Amino acid sequence: MNKISLVFQREYLSRVKKKSFLLTTIIVPIVIVGFYIAIIMVSISGNTSTKKIAVIDEGGLFDGKIEANAKNNQLFMLINGETEKSFKSKYQKEDYNSFLYIPKLDYNDPKGIKLHSKSTVGLMDKSHIEGTIDRAIEKKRLSLSRIDPEIYKSIKSDISIDNALDSGTGEKKSVAGLAYGISFAAGFLIYFILMIYGMMVMRGVMEEKTNRIAEVIVSSVKPFQLMLGKILGIGAVGLTQFAIWIVLMGLLQSIIPMIFPEYFQQAQAGAGTIVASGPANMMATISEGLKSIPVALIVFCFVVYFIGGYLLYASLFAAVGSVVSEDQQEAQQLVFPILMPIILGFVIMVKAAGDPNSNLAVFGSIFPLTSPIVMMGRVTYGVPWWQLVISIVLLFATFLLFTWLTGKIYRTAILMYGKKVTWKEMAKWAFKKS
Amino acid sequence: MNLLEVKNLRKYFATQKAVDDVSFTVEKGTIFGLLGPNGAGKTTLLRMITGIFYPDDGEITFDGRKFDPIEDVHNIGYMPEERGLYKKMKIGEQAIYLTQLKGLSKADAIARIKEWFEKFEMQSWWNKKVEDLSKGMSQKLQFVTTVLHDPPLIILDEPFSGLDPVNSNLIKDEMFRLAKKGHTIIFSTHRMEQVEEICDKIVVINRGKKILDGKVSAIRQQYKENLFRISFDQLPVMTDSPIFQVSSSENAALIVKINEGYKTNDLLEFFIRQNASLESFNELLPSINDIFIRLVRDAPAARQFQNVTD
Repeated sequence: MNKISLVFQREYLSRVKKKSFLLTTIIVPIVIVGFYIAIIMVSISGNTSTKKIAVIDEGGLFDGKIEANAKNNQLFMLINGETEKSFKSKYQKEDYNSFLYIPKLDYNDPKGIKLHSKSTVGLMDKSHIEGTIDRAIEKKRLSLSRIDPEIYKSIKSDISIDNALDSGTGEKKSVAGLAYGISFAAGFLIYFILMIYGMMVMRGVMEEKTNRIAEVIVSSVKPFQLMLGKILGIGAVGLTQFAIWIVLMGLLQSIIPMIFPEYFQQAQAGAGTIVASGPANMMATISEGLKSIPVALIVFCFVVYFIGGYLLYASLFAAVGSVVSEDQQEAQQLVFPILMPIILGFVIMVKAAGDPNSNLAVFGSIFPLTSPIVMMGRVTYGVPWWQLVISIVLLFATFLLFTWLTGKIYRTAILMYGKKVTWKEMAKWAFKKS
Repeated sequence: MNLLEVKNLRKYFATQKAVDDVSFTVEKGTIFGLLGPNGAGKTTLLRMITGIFYPDDGEITFDGRKFDPIEDVHNIGYMPEERGLYKKMKIGEQAIYLTQLKGLSKADAIARIKEWFEKFEMQSWWNKKVEDLSKGMSQKLQFVTTVLHDPPLIILDEPFSGLDPVNSNLIKDEMFRLAKKGHTIIFSTHRMEQVEEICDKIVVINRGKKILDGKVSAIRQQYKENLFRISFDQLPVMTDSPIFQVSSSENAALIVKINEGYKTNDLLEFFIRQNASLESFNELLPSINDIFIRLVRDAPAARQFQNVTD
């Protein structure tokens, strides 16, 4: 036990003391929060630039009057006495961003509308312009069919439904989009962790083998102790990194409202009213939706599946690292079968985040090789407790079994050089009685 | 008193009988040489003695009791043939780590490391990384980390490979000093001249089997060919005699082989009768190198793979 802790300490300290660790640990949250700030900056600055669009309306679609689309920062100016050809060379000089040419239209089959601009018009801008034209054509069609626009308005329906969750205490509003986002993010994070830290374990084992350190260490430590110490040490590095990230992100995020005070006041005001515009509305929805997400359960599951999934896969990666000698390519070949279930888990998780109770999602969240990723994709929607228990028990039981088997492969392989090891041999070592 | 006894040790790999029924004993406080051509099974044998490999068959007795790889960790210092150290780790930290793994406390480890670093003039290395060291330097470091915990049994696999004569001597002297202090040293090599100089006792293995075992002086006696070197102030005219055969001659010296049934006195008498003035006379014992080559000559240069059925 004492020896495992010595190995653990070395693995942990030698990684945490590295400059690259410090760098990634500090830079990642700064980059994420930087993105966040950038998004806010863009959404704020978007309010200020108004696009001027010239319109040549030959058929009188707009009846000489176009409403300014203030919400989308578009200002339409009707131009009279110009043709498409003659105005094409002028509109830029006259400080228009683009100009819209509308010929005489057959309202049942409108054709030939053209938007001229120097550079490609943004997708959003284009769809807003199209919306404006659509409404004008609709109006014309209504009058052609002799329908009062007011009556039409009263007939038209546009509803959005609230999904009330009846499980647990009281009724909560569910926000499907938010649950999906959190599910996906949590599943992706686990996927990412398994890949990054699993590979780190493999490289660590390979380093010990190729530098021939293993033989020195193994003369004073049992191979299994060395393997376990390494796996636990690197796992602790991962936990440390996440802890620092969470603290740093929390700190940085609490700074943001100080940088953009007016923006967040808007958001708080928006939470109170039903109709609010733009991003402030989004913030309100999120804060409302967060109440329906079982945060404590997610954090608990994240930690459990992080530890279980990492331990399970780390032992497999360690076994592969011990089998490889020198050749990087050989490592890639051997590691592929381990990456497959991780990738499979990711694919199932993407589906599960959208459809959490499908058979595939339930299976994936219980099958131990995919459960760490898939269960994170499901847990935001609420999972029956018995599924959670089976999944976790299976995960840790598999971890113990795999560590026992891979430990035997590791013990044999760590001192073998030169020879390429086949799967058959590895299986033989794993199941050999010691 | 024997510190180590190895009895009928056997280790088969899939395609090799790496060690096949080898037995020997190592006395306490002696330097013991394990010799053999490349691929003879030296490293496998040493790995079993250090507890890295479990033998398929046979017994290892350490200090009068059954050898236990886990309990005896602190009793053994092992330097493998392929040197291995963490390249990116600082040398001081690395030495502390390796010594702690042998069961020493950190304070003890540091004190001993300082002592040894001073002796080997390595104090300035403490904060350097292993990747900054030359091959010879890292070899020295590896030797120090092997003996730091003061183990009764020190096992060195090819300790001199890659060392210059100065450092080679440094380690050789240290081996003598450790042996005098009561440590037992087993080392493997294929450089025979070192063996005569250093070892009290040797075992030669070839193709996994022991082919020679004994004290260096006894072995040389055992393999002597009755060759003698006689030097004169002037070569004698007559050298035909039933007593001996001339195997070669130099300026004023003859190397002769005494025929069976005759003694050295007969030889000397023969020359004295001729009034030849003898300057020196000594027996030529075969070097371990000669014996070794003679013993393994019949073996193919490269070990062939074979099928092991057991």
